[in-house]
Amino acid sequence: MTIKIGLEIHCQLTEIQSKLFCSCFSNYRTKDINENICPVCVGLPGSLPLLNRNALNHAIMISKALNCEMPEMMMFSRKNYFYPDLPKNFQITQYDTDETNTCIGKRGTVYYGDDKKVRILRIQLEEDPGRIVYEEGTKQALIDYNRSGVALVEIVTAPDFDDPKDVRLFLNKITSILAHLNVCRTDLEGSIRCDANISIGEGKKVEIKNVSSFKDVEKALTYEIARQQTMNVHDIEIKAETRHWDEKRKITKQSRSKEEVEDYRYFPEPDIPKILVDKKYISSLKIPELPDDRKLRFISQFGLSEHVSQVLIDNKELGDLFESAVKIYYSPVSISNWIVSDILAFLDFDASGKKTLEEMKINANHIVEVARLVDENVINRTVAKSILSRIIKTGELPSKIINEKQVSLITDEKLLSKTICSVFDKEKNAVEDAKKNPTVINYLLGKVMRETSGRADAKITLRLIRKNLGVGR
Amino acid sequence: MAHLPMLDIQGVSNGIRDGNFTVEEYITSLLNRIEKIDKKINAFITINKNAINQAKEIDKKIKNGRPIGPLAGVAVGIKDNISTMDLKTTCASKMLSEYIPPFNATVVQKLVDNDAIIIGKLNLDEFAMGSTTEWSYFGITRNPWNTNYVCGGSSGGSAASVSSHMCTLSLGSDTGGSIRCPASFCSVVGLKPTYGMVSRYGLISYSNSLEQIGPIGKNTSDVRKIFLTISGKDINDDTSLDNNNYNLTTNNYFKKKIKIGLIKELIDGADQDVSNCIYSSLNTLENLGFKCEETSLKYTEYALASYYTIATAEASSNLARYDNIRYGFQLDPDDYEWNSYFSETRGNFGDEVKRRIILGTYVLSSGYYGKYYVKAQKAKSIIKMELKKLFKKYDLLISPTVPVLPFKIGEKIDDPLKMYLIDINTVLANLSGIPAISVPAGFRDNLPIGIQIMGDEFQEEKILTVSELFEKSININKYPNL
Repeated sequence: MTIKIGLEIHCQLTEIQSKLFCSCFSNYRTKDINENICPVCVGLPGSLPLLNRNALNHAIMISKALNCEMPEMMMFSRKNYFYPDLPKNFQITQYDTDETNTCIGKRGTVYYGDDKKVRILRIQLEEDPGRIVYEEGTKQALIDYNRSGVALVEIVTAPDFDDPKDVRLFLNKITSILAHLNVCRTDLEGSIRCDANISIGEGKKVEIKNVSSFKDVEKALTYEIARQQTMNVHDIEIKAETRHWDEKRKITKQSRSKEEVEDYRYFPEPDIPKILVDKKYISSLKIPELPDDRKLRFISQFGLSEHVSQVLIDNKELGDLFESAVKIYYSPVSISNWIVSDILAFLDFDASGKKTLEEMKINANHIVEVARLVDENVINRTVAKSILSRIIKTGELPSKIINEKQVSLITDEKLLSKTICSVFDKEKNAVEDAKKNPTVINYLLGKVMRETSGRADAKITLRLIRKNLGVGR
Repeated sequence: MAHLPMLDIQGVSNGIRDGNFTVEEYITSLLNRIEKIDKKINAFITINKNAINQAKEIDKKIKNGRPIGPLAGVAVGIKDNISTMDLKTTCASKMLSEYIPPFNATVVQKLVDNDAIIIGKLNLDEFAMGSTTEWSYFGITRNPWNTNYVCGGSSGGSAASVSSHMCTLSLGSDTGGSIRCPASFCSVVGLKPTYGMVSRYGLISYSNSLEQIGPIGKNTSDVRKIFLTISGKDINDDTSLDNNNYNLTTNNYFKKKIKIGLIKELIDGADQDVSNCIYSSLNTLENLGFKCEETSLKYTEYALASYYTIATAEASSNLARYDNIRYGFQLDPDDYEWNSYFSETRGNFGDEVKRRIILGTYVLSSGYYGKYYVKAQKAKSIIKMELKKLFKKYDLLISPTVPVLPFKIGEKIDDPLKMYLIDINTVLANLSGIPAISVPAGFRDNLPIGIQIMGDEFQEEKILTVSELFEKSININKYPNL
């Protein structure tokens, strides 16, 4: 049976100064509770929304990047519903029928993975509600309106996915696009959220909400497919409903909600004049280099492999780190390898899976020094790796660590011969074996490496071992 | 020295300038009069306790020879749906009975910046929904000409306070006739400006796309002065407009060139007493040299339905925020689940407000949206088009402001449809965004009758000029006996 999955992605416009309809800060995260509010964003009687032009510009940039059709006229609508985090008890958003186009954009396309395609149904600009805080041990719910009115762009896809893995790939792509547009700090908690709709065969559409991370979207969908398929097998009807993702138990649960479909009574927002869209103005809004173009450039300009380029553009910060490192020390292949195979490993291995480069205290100078020290044969890769793991925690420069730890390679033949002699004393049997069987030489090399904490220059050591054994080249 | 409370802006300014009285004396005289007669009228919900101190401040400025604003000492009453900082703004509703705004409406700020004094907050139908000021949580406002009669609405307090000389002038708001109807019923002048000419920032919304704040005064000259003070683009209201289009100069030929159309449909539907008065006003206008003729406006029969559909739809959404969570009245949330707390809270609206919220919710609900709301919007644009056509032929259009004489309190309160019919002549200006004024035209059995003069968008000055000439010509020199 066919699986159909569609997504609704909400992305906060974090890179504009103020909220969508007032001059309060868009960055509510650093503020004390209910400190980032004004008459407009708490909906005091007599206040009026004032459209933030920068928010409109950023939303239009997203629409352009996702190849959407632009409307000739944009307008806002009210979505009416009662919820305590919504101060006016309506949300100012955009609303459209299939025939009209008055949203930020409609009918776009995004390519991801190996030439897979997803249709974008529409992109709309709207306000974020406040947040409800539940006090533990009480029945009370407290409301923090600091987030109320923050500009939010909703991206709605067609039900074009049939595999949760593709959903994950697509979400990575969208995240990378938003990051490259400089419209959303996607690493901030709650700055990008995703709801999913899923139906199987002729079954009804089920909506999954409350999924906090993109990794969990994939898990929730996988779970939901299994659940619905099991129900199908047992001939149980699948109801149209909203379900929530329970992060701890890794299951979806039916939301405690009414049976009937909510009627939002949309109508045009009378306080915001309609916006006539000037085509020249739209084309004057410049879009920065997007991930697809950047990848092609990495391949052609730096001679990187397709795979390495892909990894670098999937996370804009890695791409940026690479480019600034290359500017200091032009060794693109080795730098990209350090980033892709080592730095990335630290990012992934971190328990939360969310550690940012900023938190890792690593910058282009670190990468450049490590790459240069290895290229110049001052340290070997093993040592370099251990240095990196220390840099990530402390932010120290590699050269400083080397001096302190004395980790540079030992090339002094006298020093190495001394170590080899002491190894030979301990490993008499092995020495005899090695004279007959050359592969045992590697065993002896390993012993020397251990004695020197990996600092022995492998080439020189190997030559000296052979010489001492009296074995030819 | 003239009886102080009777003075208009010119009278107050001259008196203060010439040192005939101080601002403090003037304000005191008004406060005394309010104290004495507002028991009979009930125009005020709140008196500004600071008014006297502000009067003293201005007197000090004058004494020290510092410059004063053009409205220095003028006492303005503000309809209680317009926000005043640190002064209770109730909308005549239990819902906002304790609400003190943290900011001034733009219009209030402009008045204060010109040294006007806010004397108090004036009664209205709850959330401006009504045509008689009988629907206030704070009691009925009575007509100064006969206190058994309604004063019109919803800006009833604004009209009654000016007509009974409790303030120099007042501000009202007009969504479907709420300035003009009470102005007509109380024999004062009330102007609803072109949509967008006056900032709505701070006006507590009833129907955002239809309403405007406007002045109510003892004469056209006062109304013009206040209109010029409060109009213009406001950065806090995206729907406000520059008054660049607005032509202040009147030239000499102006009078002769003006053509006036009397809308047949609107006078045919009026009571005999009212239509007689308007026909005689037509004679007065002709005698002044204006060319007058009867004309017809198509689709007037759809105006009222269109108006009540749009207004209630917007109202149902605007009033959703009154949930008692952030501000409101005392109601302990303990033992309530939030949905039931919401229901409990919202049971405290008055009957008329409840009726309009239900109506508005209905016309927006899925399945009915196209049938009602969309159709109402279509009717609105057709009516605007028809009016625009008429304005190609006529400079101004006239009609009775209200088709009936003021009636007794309680007479129509149980019949919403009869009540809504009072607005039939005034809603046209709101649906089409055009300016309209109501000017006193005469009396019948000591009950006032007003004439409505409508102009094309931004033609306020044309309206005001004709209104002023008409006013001088009929020269009503009559005051309510209180």
